[in-house]
Amino acid sequence: MSEEMFGKGILKSLSVSLKRFVETYLDDLKWLGRRYRTAEGITHRGSKDGRGIFTVQYPEEKIPVPEEFRFVPFLVYDEGPDGEKIMRCTSCGICSRVCPPQCIWITRTTDPVTGRPIPDPAEFYIDADICMNCGLCAEYCPFDAIKMDHDYELASFGRNVFDKARLSKPASYYEEIRPVNAARENAARAAKEAARAAPKEG
Amino acid sequence: MATPAPVSAPAFDLSARFPGIASPDTRPGYSGWVIPKENLPEVAAALRDELGFDYLSHVTGVDYLPEGKMEVVYQFYKTTGGPGLSLKVQVPRQDPIEVPSIVSIYPGAEFQEREVWDLFGIRFTGHPDLRRILMWEGFEGHPLRKDWKEAYYEEDIKPFKSRWPEGKHVPAEDKTPFGDNVTYPDGFDAEKWIPEDPEKALYGALARYQVQDETGLGTEHVIVNIGPQHPSTHGVFRVAAILDGETIVSLKPVMGYLHRNHEKIGERNTYLMNMPFTDRLDYLSSMSNNFGYALTVEKLMNIKPPERAEYIRVMMAEMTRISNHLMAIGALTNDLGAYFTPMLYSLEERELILDIFEAVAGSRMMCNYFRFGGVVRDLPEGIPEKIKGLFFERLPRRIDELERFLSENEIVRSRGIGQGVLTAEDAIRYSASGPLLRASGIPYDVRRAEPYSIYDRFDFEVCVRPNGDIYDRLMIRFDEIRQSIRIVQQAVRGLPEGPVMAVKPAYTVRVPPGEAYGRVEGPKGELGFYIISNGKPSPWRYHVRAPSFINLTSFGPMCIGQKVADLVAVLGSIDIVLGEVDR
Repeated sequence: MSEEMFGKGILKSLSVSLKRFVETYLDDLKWLGRRYRTAEGITHRGSKDGRGIFTVQYPEEKIPVPEEFRFVPFLVYDEGPDGEKIMRCTSCGICSRVCPPQCIWITRTTDPVTGRPIPDPAEFYIDADICMNCGLCAEYCPFDAIKMDHDYELASFGRNVFDKARLSKPASYYEEIRPVNAARENAARAAKEAARAAPKEG
Repeated sequence: MATPAPVSAPAFDLSARFPGIASPDTRPGYSGWVIPKENLPEVAAALRDELGFDYLSHVTGVDYLPEGKMEVVYQFYKTTGGPGLSLKVQVPRQDPIEVPSIVSIYPGAEFQEREVWDLFGIRFTGHPDLRRILMWEGFEGHPLRKDWKEAYYEEDIKPFKSRWPEGKHVPAEDKTPFGDNVTYPDGFDAEKWIPEDPEKALYGALARYQVQDETGLGTEHVIVNIGPQHPSTHGVFRVAAILDGETIVSLKPVMGYLHRNHEKIGERNTYLMNMPFTDRLDYLSSMSNNFGYALTVEKLMNIKPPERAEYIRVMMAEMTRISNHLMAIGALTNDLGAYFTPMLYSLEERELILDIFEAVAGSRMMCNYFRFGGVVRDLPEGIPEKIKGLFFERLPRRIDELERFLSENEIVRSRGIGQGVLTAEDAIRYSASGPLLRASGIPYDVRRAEPYSIYDRFDFEVCVRPNGDIYDRLMIRFDEIRQSIRIVQQAVRGLPEGPVMAVKPAYTVRVPPGEAYGRVEGPKGELGFYIISNGKPSPWRYHVRAPSFINLTSFGPMCIGQKVADLVAVLGSIDIVLGEVDR
């Protein structure tokens, strides 16, 4: 290299680092301890105005996940008047057909007398180790029965093959993690039911 | 562009130049020219020297098992821009299958021909170094042939019948226990088999270099392997080099450690199922991969996404470019020995972009956000404001700071300027694309050369740097980030209201028979998808023109004559992601 080097560029680089270093303490002072382990502190650090220390100390601190965040699916059930679980799933099999890594296994229930299928799965397995969290099952389920979860802490010592009991979660949980989506879907379902009821009256 | 009908008139009449040799491909939905294999070198040379098609974009094979044919498809472009030209050579599907190599005319075909040999078993006569590239030497069979079945083979296409309605979970490893999933050729006795040294072919190829020693002193050259487990190779990637002292005299990259036969999986999948798989190609820029794939299938289906979806797509693609380039800058300076400071500074900004992806698509890296005819969902509440805040207030300032941090630093300059030079001629010859091509002084950008989506509406410049060295390849990424910020600013300001899907969302799509090659300017270069549909729910052929893989063709030539320590910097400046290299 022919150009002369006096270390001016390195000093310039160091000045940037120094500025960042000082900023860290200035921002800490400004927030007086509220910057860490508080919800507003975490939000501030990850916002466009965040300066200084950016890291979030997981697991003591956790970044809130957005509504659309998706992790391994779960099955939604409605709670009946006596607290019984009414599965929304009709075991139509769309989720298992659309699943890219084919990690959903469903056994359909058949009526022992007539031999006809009953719209309730006898068995429902998701191999969470194979699941790629793409969300296609939830996207194309016509009954709002399978939804993507927000619980991402799945570490275990064995294989994560989830059966029906492990997958089932109440509709209230779904409304809690995805309020906007749940409200929209509930409204759409109510409208559909109203439309189905309307011709009878007329 | 998603508009033209699948059947389009050839852009250029090749039969006028080669009467009786070149005949148009008349299969419905197909385009391009079919030529006999004997004439391939002659036609290829004329394309390059007379007709201006100086850029070989991709080479791939297609196995037409029912017709008993194999086809090799070549796609050419002009670096001055404009539509491409595709050339096809058909050969009977009977071993040995031979096609003349065009590496001497287009050196960029070197790795791609090796890949076609590896996966299809088509021999390229005259290829200087025809070895397997993704599979290992000694592998039995050619995996992309339609009659080849993988170890856990279940059915030809998904969905598998064992999942529903009588689905009982059985782990794959229980169905085919270890040891049972191997088939031996006839008359093979594993007990008596003494394997050949698997590295013999590699080192043999490596040793074919010209010794240029002016001193007349006899020096011993040593073979050095870097990787596959090495922090500077950005993944599981290996470089085998011969050194004369500290100078590299011969170099071959060795890849395939992350090979999972993405294309075979793609041919078992339905069209929609492939979308999340494309995320895993270049996992740092999944939005861009989604874009390329969606665009190609839309070309076949002849649909066009609505306005709002187009704007969202462009925004996402440009944001992914910024996050990818930030990562590239961080990783390259890390390779140069800057340790983690610039890396963490750029990761901070990348993090904010990933937060937007997470809120919009549901995942930070595996976005799976595009669908045929639009995007999955509209931007959630508050996201346009968040993008505005980030792109108008924060990012321009932070990019300036990062550039101030690096651009004048003496260590970066002395390690970068004049090192690992790729000349403009070589960049074209080796089919380099993206920042690698533009840093060598070729202003070629697919967004301008053949505008797709709505890129013709935005005001941005094609970045170009003249020297083709490591420093220019670092700096061009800053330039491109600035241009991408401009595009996102324009897109978020002009974001129209309206639907985000042109068609009713459906998990099965009808794709008419035919072929399509769709390409986008991905962060790493020209990202193309070549898809052949036969009207079934799954593609007959699904090929990815992976920019990282093809950019590696010029890696060896760039390193010859450099010191071994610069190898790491040259590799960093190409910016590869092994998920895409190995596929």
